[in-house]
Amino acid sequence: MTDLKQRILPTVQKPARYTGGEWGEIKKELSGVRVRVAFCFPDTYEIGMSNVGMRILYGVMNKMDGIWCERVFAPWGDMETAMRGNDLPLWALESQDPVRDFDMIAFTIGYEMAYSNILNMLDLAGIPLHARDRHDLKNIVFAGGVCAFNPEPLADFIDFFSLGEGEDSTVEIVSLYDRAKAGGWSKDAFLHEAAKIPGVYVPSFYRHEYNADGTLAAIIPLEGAPKVVTKRIVEDLDSAYFPTEMIVPSTEIVHDRANLEVFRGCIRGCRFCQAGFSCRPVRKKSPEVLYRQAVKTLEHSGFNEITISSLSTSDYRGLKALTDALIPYCAGGKINLSVPSLRADNFSRELMEKLQTVRKSGLTFAPEAGTQRLRDVINKNLTEDEILSTCAQAFSGGWSNVKLYFMLGLPTETDEDVLGIAELVYKVIQTWKANAVNKKRGLRVHVATAYFVPKPHTPFQWEKQITPQEYLRRCRLLKSHFYSRSIEYDYHSPDLSRLEAVFARGDRRLGPVIETAVKSGARLDGWDEYFNYAKWYDAFRKCGIEEDFYTTRGYGEEEILPWDTIDVGVTKKFLQLERRRAYQEAVTPDCRHGCAGCGANGLLKEVACDA
Amino acid sequence: MLRALFEKTGNAIYISHLDLMRVFQRAFKRAGLPLTHTQGFNPRPSVSIALPLSLGVESHCELLDFELEGERLPNEEILARLNAALIAGVRVLRVYEGGSKLKNLALLDCVVMLEYDAGIPEGAPERIAALFAREEVIVEKKSKNGIAEQNIIPMIRRISVAPVCENELALRVLASCQNPTLNPMQLSAAVNKYLPGLTPDFVRCCRVEVYDTNETVFR
Repeated sequence: MTDLKQRILPTVQKPARYTGGEWGEIKKELSGVRVRVAFCFPDTYEIGMSNVGMRILYGVMNKMDGIWCERVFAPWGDMETAMRGNDLPLWALESQDPVRDFDMIAFTIGYEMAYSNILNMLDLAGIPLHARDRHDLKNIVFAGGVCAFNPEPLADFIDFFSLGEGEDSTVEIVSLYDRAKAGGWSKDAFLHEAAKIPGVYVPSFYRHEYNADGTLAAIIPLEGAPKVVTKRIVEDLDSAYFPTEMIVPSTEIVHDRANLEVFRGCIRGCRFCQAGFSCRPVRKKSPEVLYRQAVKTLEHSGFNEITISSLSTSDYRGLKALTDALIPYCAGGKINLSVPSLRADNFSRELMEKLQTVRKSGLTFAPEAGTQRLRDVINKNLTEDEILSTCAQAFSGGWSNVKLYFMLGLPTETDEDVLGIAELVYKVIQTWKANAVNKKRGLRVHVATAYFVPKPHTPFQWEKQITPQEYLRRCRLLKSHFYSRSIEYDYHSPDLSRLEAVFARGDRRLGPVIETAVKSGARLDGWDEYFNYAKWYDAFRKCGIEEDFYTTRGYGEEEILPWDTIDVGVTKKFLQLERRRAYQEAVTPDCRHGCAGCGANGLLKEVACDA
Repeated sequence: MLRALFEKTGNAIYISHLDLMRVFQRAFKRAGLPLTHTQGFNPRPSVSIALPLSLGVESHCELLDFELEGERLPNEEILARLNAALIAGVRVLRVYEGGSKLKNLALLDCVVMLEYDAGIPEGAPERIAALFAREEVIVEKKSKNGIAEQNIIPMIRRISVAPVCENELALRVLASCQNPTLNPMQLSAAVNKYLPGLTPDFVRCCRVEVYDTNETVFR
């Protein structure tokens, strides 16, 4: 007779997401396994399987002797209903064993809207949500990823955080657990030892005290915990672990291709960008190593597409050497090579021509702001000239699709800046009229505006978010100035970005809000099908928390910030300086035109910053 | 043009038709067997699978047509290399040249297993056999243009009903699989509709063999 899980699978959408069994998955004989790690991605299989960080750490852990790391993803709503209806606890893909049977439960958290999924997954696994309710070493829950750079909203639920790049620290953490389990340590003893590993932050070792006005009065380290925890980085990327034997999904995922990360960090310093500051310093990878890894990955996986990735690929010094080697290899094997995140410079234009074997997908720019003044404020050094000359060349080469991304609500933004977007779009249309080879095909300009979210560890970390009403007013103002039928304008409802802003700069008092919202059914908040602000609104009210405190209030520079315990390498002083330069509309040149002194090079001991 | 006879079992039955094509394309690449590509604006690897299989159905008689570039390798070597590059549950049984024309594919032999957790109800085999002995059994069929009603009896060439254990009743059916096509799950839909008291707790389905119209095994 068919068992329960097999009976459920045919009734849900895309059941292959729940079975495992893909090419490259790692299975181990349980008799040789001392520590089992359930590596959870707090979103669906399609999203999680596309995550490069997860691919790396899955390989890192499974390379360790006696350690078996398996994958877990958030089920889609239909599967969750079936699981709850049949008392089927959340399972890991490789062994199909329940997550609650695992020693360690790891989460990688890339964005704030996944917080509800973390709690929901723990609940589906039958594991107590609160760290204080998990008394044993078993089922210890830890988390990493970009959101760990302000982990406080999750402090009630996660036993410890691993900050920064995990290639080395994960090995240290899992090895320590291995010893702890063998030695029969208590959870508390383990956490005390773990806190000595650089990059490990144990939130229960800190007490947060508040002023009457709700701001933080003090963060007090307890039990000898360090005052500040510094994120970890890998210094030499050439010798760092890279997963050339990755898992190849049997069902389609979001980024269904091999991915080659060419360097880490960013030289640009756009003042709103969290990755741009928190991923510093800049460390390169050599084109020779990358080429070898690309070939190995493609041969092992059978993918017919590879993408070169980084925060700003045009800034990779080895780009020409790498693409000169990869283009003929890919052409020979009928493999698509895609190079996103290119800047509008000459080399990139040539490279785009060379990549013409690939479909003419479209041209994407992220000017972020409509006027040069505001682009100077945010330090986005992309000029109108660069945009228009790249467009001109692309239009004369047959392109007829342009995407332009902007933000609304940036610091100092006026209506003039908002209307600057319409002007820029108008100029793009004029450029098309002057250059298009085939006007019959028509032009499509896709414009999208996002609602600015101030992020921790950026020069704008103290800034106000504009109110949702004001954001919508600016959207409508902009919309009323789009006359051409070529323009397609998209703006999202402000609710999601408002919630994102709350959690991005949130503190420990948000724990009950997340728990309340999840209990009332909040989950899969990154999906339009599921996101429902009303559930969150009710949770805020029930917990007596005002969203505005974290969004429209703005934070004082003298204020203690919830993430002050976390050091990402860039100094607060530098962020303050950059903030002042923003208000002076002063551009800070990229790192290659002179070190601006952000401080992140202090994280390096063996190599110099490659900016 | 080469043809591979393969089976799809275990958890691989949850891989959709389109996804399975991608699984094969990648397996060919891993195996170092370069597929030829279609001509045109968007060249595609030349693989195609006959009679798309529904999600969740097992099969021991799937047919994959493909074409390879470069030197002609022995069929056994193609088979060995492919199987080494394939995932669990998808296994190639034979690789050969000169397969029959797919338009001559006519009949499908399959087993529809009705599972009764509390045991097979009294008289179920007889009543179900009697149902399919009727002249007309109408079930709904989902098509591109919505839901249509269809008499499934003319599509059934032979059917037998027999218990295989206390809880499982096997419908073994030989039915038309092209012009018109009987989806074997329509048999259990018919049971549910006409004999609601005999609605099983779960139904699983397995393709056993394919035939031409003369009931000669189709290869």
